[in-house]
Amino acid sequence: MTGNYASAYGAKLSRAEVIAAYPITPQTSIVEKLAEFVSTGELNAKFVPVESEHSAMAACIAAETAGARTYTATSSHGLTLMHEVLMWASGARLPIVMTNVSRAMAPPWSVWVDHMDSIAQRDTGWLQFFCQSNQEVLDTIIMAYKICESKGVMLPAMIIEDAFILSHTSEPVDIPDQEMVDSFLPAYAPEFKIEVGKPMGFGSLVKPDQYMEFRYKAMLGMKAAHDRILRVEQEFKQVFGREHGGLLELYRCENAEVVLLTAGSVAATAKDVVDSMRSKGVPVGLARVRAFRPFPHDEIRALGSRVAGLGVLDRSYTFGAAGAMFSEVKASLYNCPKRPVTKNYIAGLGGRDITPKTIERVFEDIQLVTKRGEESEVEWVDVAGLPRWWR
Amino acid sequence: MTKSYEEIPLTPIADMPSTMNITGLWRVIRPVVDKKKCKKCTICWKFCPDAAIVLVEGVPEIDFRFCKGCGICSHECPSKCIVMVKEGSD
Repeated sequence: MTGNYASAYGAKLSRAEVIAAYPITPQTSIVEKLAEFVSTGELNAKFVPVESEHSAMAACIAAETAGARTYTATSSHGLTLMHEVLMWASGARLPIVMTNVSRAMAPPWSVWVDHMDSIAQRDTGWLQFFCQSNQEVLDTIIMAYKICESKGVMLPAMIIEDAFILSHTSEPVDIPDQEMVDSFLPAYAPEFKIEVGKPMGFGSLVKPDQYMEFRYKAMLGMKAAHDRILRVEQEFKQVFGREHGGLLELYRCENAEVVLLTAGSVAATAKDVVDSMRSKGVPVGLARVRAFRPFPHDEIRALGSRVAGLGVLDRSYTFGAAGAMFSEVKASLYNCPKRPVTKNYIAGLGGRDITPKTIERVFEDIQLVTKRGEESEVEWVDVAGLPRWWR
Repeated sequence: MTKSYEEIPLTPIADMPSTMNITGLWRVIRPVVDKKKCKKCTICWKFCPDAAIVLVEGVPEIDFRFCKGCGICSHECPSKCIVMVKEGSD
């Protein structure tokens, strides 16, 4: 099934009770499928069609505040329109789960993959999971509800699917039995909720004398999410026999001299390249950031202290700085006594293919700068007019 | 007094509704209704942004616990029967 159907099945198996959504390419087939489940009675949920993504998130916030498990899906401009209310969802400590089909921002107008939309939401207080396969999309939605609804976390989560590469491409996906999911994921039972006959004020004004304590608590929630992600994945593995690599998946990093770190579907291509280079005796490995929030700082430090070179391939760019993942990785490594050489590669924007050939050249470049030192810290890859990289 | 982060809930939740917060004290000018001129059109009631107008047999009665004196009722009244006067004057 496609990544979008994997998302829809993930929400259905998790028994989402309220689904509010607005269509946007390439997300629409997720909520179309869910609307079908609701209309046929396969899913007992309230489907709320709204007039914008801002309203979709607002409706989820209201329903979640009333104690319902909610789900929505969006993409690109839809996600960025939600920005304000994303902050509300996390500040109100509502464990909403949403799929974002990651798509480039316009202009230039594009419907294809890059991570600019998701990366731009990194400060909203949402957990962010980048997926590599359609199976991972389905599994992560189920896990996300369990992680986010736990008492120590109580924050929302964004499941990130690469546009078209995952959203519209079919792969074999195992759909777990409903009874197994039910035993793994209990019904949502929040401590506080809106109740008729019990008037309470939610989200009221807090003066400077008390504001910081609430934000401190949200910080603790995100911090607790780190261990919770690992524990829930182990429980998931016991029930369903699958795991996806915690916060930072390491692929053939043992005895690797240089490692490429990236996120999303390109990691699958990069694993193939690692296999072929390893078969020729080249000691390379791949690290895949699965959780971008909370960021796997400790895991990066552990990896960084045992490799000579660490390249970071970002599928987005933060103007005036560098790739966002690269900045985070460097920040993690700065206080390590033993640090690798690092370099940032910007690739695959607006759906440009990141081919095995490109990744191989990136690996060769990391090896080179590890030996020789870096000439430029951030490099754009496969841009026509840049002779070094243009194929 | 500032409470420790351990003593507060996850997010600001008040165990009382927001109507317990009497906001009418913000007012510097107040609406005065000429009930004889009122045509019972209820436009003032519809426009009041804080639901601080109660209709008594179709005629507006201002709830001064919440009226902030914005003057929208006076501005919208087609029969000009609501005038704004300075607080403290008669």
